[in-house]
Amino acid sequence: MKIVTGNDLETGAVTWWSGDGWSLHIADAVDVGAHGEAIAATEEATRRVNAPYVIEADATSQGPRPAHIKDRIRAVGPTVRLDLNIKPADPTAGSWVI
Amino acid sequence: MYKYDQYDQTIVDARVEEFREQVGRRLSGELSEDQFKPLRLMNGLYLQLHAYMLRVAIPYGTLDSRQMRMLAHIARKYDRDYGHFTTRQNLQYNWIKLEDAPDILADLASVEMHAIQTSGNCIRNISSDQFAGAAADEVEDPRPWAELLRQWSTFHPEFSYLPRKFKIAVIASDQDRAAMRLHDIGLQVVRNNKGETGFKFYVGGGMGRTPIVAPLISEFVPATDLLSYTEACLRVYNRYGRRDNIYKARIKILLHEIGADEYRRQVEEEFAHVKTLGLDPPASEFERIAAHFAPPAWESGLPDTVDRSNVDFAQWVDQNVTAHKAPGYAVVTISLKPIDGIPGDASSAQIDLMADLAETYSFDELRVTHAQNIVLPNVRKADLLTMWQKLVDAKLADANIDLVTDIIACPGLDYCSLANARSIPVAQKIAARFADPARQRDIGELKLKISGCINACGHHHAGHIGILGVDRKGTENYQLLLGGSGAEDASLGKIAGPGFDEDGIVDAVERTIEKYRDLRQEGERFLDTYRRVGMDPFKEAIYG
Repeated sequence: MKIVTGNDLETGAVTWWSGDGWSLHIADAVDVGAHGEAIAATEEATRRVNAPYVIEADATSQGPRPAHIKDRIRAVGPTVRLDLNIKPADPTAGSWVI
Repeated sequence: MYKYDQYDQTIVDARVEEFREQVGRRLSGELSEDQFKPLRLMNGLYLQLHAYMLRVAIPYGTLDSRQMRMLAHIARKYDRDYGHFTTRQNLQYNWIKLEDAPDILADLASVEMHAIQTSGNCIRNISSDQFAGAAADEVEDPRPWAELLRQWSTFHPEFSYLPRKFKIAVIASDQDRAAMRLHDIGLQVVRNNKGETGFKFYVGGGMGRTPIVAPLISEFVPATDLLSYTEACLRVYNRYGRRDNIYKARIKILLHEIGADEYRRQVEEEFAHVKTLGLDPPASEFERIAAHFAPPAWESGLPDTVDRSNVDFAQWVDQNVTAHKAPGYAVVTISLKPIDGIPGDASSAQIDLMADLAETYSFDELRVTHAQNIVLPNVRKADLLTMWQKLVDAKLADANIDLVTDIIACPGLDYCSLANARSIPVAQKIAARFADPARQRDIGELKLKISGCINACGHHHAGHIGILGVDRKGTENYQLLLGGSGAEDASLGKIAGPGFDEDGIVDAVERTIEKYRDLRQEGERFLDTYRRVGMDPFKEAIYG
């Protein structure tokens, strides 16, 4: 699947295109098929999200899992500070990333 | 230390208000990210993986307790209760909101700090020896010269859009504690046979994609010519440095392409012109700056011995305390490398505690080191034990300076948008493997440096043992380098062979170190043994 991600203008937080807006949770990301670049361009023009881009992800039972480790770390937070993660102290966060 | 005059304060205050207006325009949608990005970078505001990151300048790594407390305050109020001290002697906040950035810069300006010259293709924050002013082996305090260069370089209209960023380091000892020859310009304060102060000029060093140890361009530039000669060096670079390829735009590439002799000839030619422009300040102006760096009122007649009856304390003294130029005083390095910690990170409470210690025990002064530790430069030996006990309570008393667990590590892929691999987990696993203090001391001085990408913020080229994280088909892979040094015996590490995964690199480091223990002769550091025997024995031990 293909999903769209960027960073929120105000906070810099990682955001995921949910079909009708942006979510902090990758589980909300939707498969954009062939429309990713168009969505990214439209959303960038609104100037509320920085540098949105399209990534490959695997559809899993827990939701989309980005193909590249960089985006998996973006989805969760620093692997060395699990207390700061988007889902704080999630014991599975590390294995999901690696 | 240097105190702002009305011009300094006005410049910094004006910049804050200018940026506040720019942020407002970005938040309102008036500016696109492409339009705003160069403006935020000029104020040290990056966008990293998880949030905006603010890099705060700490000129030549020197700050006082009031400034240190402000760093803690900002971490507590605007960030997530910690800061990261960097290999450029700066501090980074990892979780900044855009709307807060102007207020943070205003808070910094209230204590004579800013984030200027921490990004962009300008002359970056000047770095220096963390022991400056206190080191027993220095010719003189290099910081007044660093401050002169700071004032000359800040908003220099000709050098605000160089081909690439430009880093200058100033030291004043034969022992190089600032990786001086791995800077675009490295300056060593020296005296000639007439006792006059001048500078050795090393130009064209750097790490990154193309690591080069800077060649000597001038053996002695008189102090009265410092700015003119530096200006000439920059002008030649600004004129001929490549702008068509970001990877070939640093001054080291220019020197490599035209050669040091030709570069020197052009600089001398340019210098002959620049010197006629009256750029160098009158002696009175330099003396005004230098007066800010007058030595503190060290007491005389203090005891010059330390009670070593507490074994843990004695080991900390042996590892973290350095000779001071004044009898009865010592230079203390506080390790930010606890075994289970993150290299360079400190909590707000720890930053406050270090500020308190500086105020109470070190004439109100601290330094940030390029090895991501903190120095209290002027501590009475009689106060060391009391101070150490407070460090123990704050979990800041690791006795590991320059040992294998005193690892330099960039933020890596856990935070950095440029990184290809994580650095911090590797540092933590190596530190855990060598956690035994006795084993660390037996191994002795060993500088281990880890970068998460080829940009080399973790100085892996200059590590006795260096580790470079790369992306191999979407998987983290780590290359091992041996034989680098950022010290006065500067050298670049060589890649040992094929890379490893995260656990494999830890094993490879251990095999390397155990081989060193087998091979070493009396008094040899790891680096000495490597230079004596070469790569082959280590390669055999690593790859079997």
